[in-house]
Amino acid sequence: MNYEVIVELKPEVLDTQGRAIKEALTRLGHHDLKSIKVTKRFVLEIDGTEVDAEKLVRKLAEEHLANSVAETFQTKRL
Amino acid sequence: MTSKFGATQIGLVQFPGSNCDADCIDAFKRLFQIDLQLIWHEETSLPSRLQGLILPGGFSYGDYLRSGALASISPIMQAVKGFVGKGGSVIGICNGFQVLTESKLLPGALLKNDSRKFICEYAHLSVAGGDSVYHRKLKGSLYKVPIAHGEGRYYVDSEGLKKLGANGQILFQYAGTDGVLSEASNPNGAISHIAGIVSENGRVLGMMPHPERASSELLGSADGQKILEAFLETVG
Repeated sequence: MNYEVIVELKPEVLDTQGRAIKEALTRLGHHDLKSIKVTKRFVLEIDGTEVDAEKLVRKLAEEHLANSVAETFQTKRL
Repeated sequence: MTSKFGATQIGLVQFPGSNCDADCIDAFKRLFQIDLQLIWHEETSLPSRLQGLILPGGFSYGDYLRSGALASISPIMQAVKGFVGKGGSVIGICNGFQVLTESKLLPGALLKNDSRKFICEYAHLSVAGGDSVYHRKLKGSLYKVPIAHGEGRYYVDSEGLKKLGANGQILFQYAGTDGVLSEASNPNGAISHIAGIVSENGRVLGMMPHPERASSELLGSADGQKILEAFLETVG
């Protein structure tokens, strides 16, 4: 089974990469572009039952793939 | 020159990508006549008579995932956590600080600098209020110590920040050469100018600036010596 984990900075935390990319694209004249948020996408391939796999994905996302101090995550079965 | 610290047993953990280990080895040898005991990250125990531990700067595991994240789950880190649990003294410098926050041995996180640039320059550190050995040894002076990082913006949520302040855990803050905290004196956008914090028991210090690189007037500053001395004073 494949799962996707998307990790992003909490809204109150400055996303320096997103801001840099947005500013550079605005300089090209794309003035309707209001903001860009950079996220990380992890794709995990997991063996076992669906229940166990989902539990494991959540555990790995919570404990390792995201840092709960500054980031949030979402998981999805692919 | 002899040092009262000469017999102190201090270890240094080397991760793949650590690159400030040699600077620490040189500084502790030259300033205190201490031969650091080198501990490879794949070890699962620390030397039994160890009194203090250094997590050096560098780019452990290439900073993959997040700075310090993969080092925080290295085999040696279980032993480091056990050492801290028993009141052991640890100093984490730069990447070592990132390893300490990723290991939850210190609160908060180190994020990309707000300027988006890697910064390599001298910082001036003032000492905040607190009652740890570090606070008592270092208060009242300004320390000129270099920083060299791309991800050094200390972040903790407002509740965590209040707790750090109330517990006297904030140690170093980025200040101007006059000791005043201003926006211009904050190189990376760290919350409350935080450059270094200590654990609740005052034994674990994490700091982005490099005291080991400020250990000789010949190289621009010897202010780091007092900081390293304070670390040795915490060693029981």
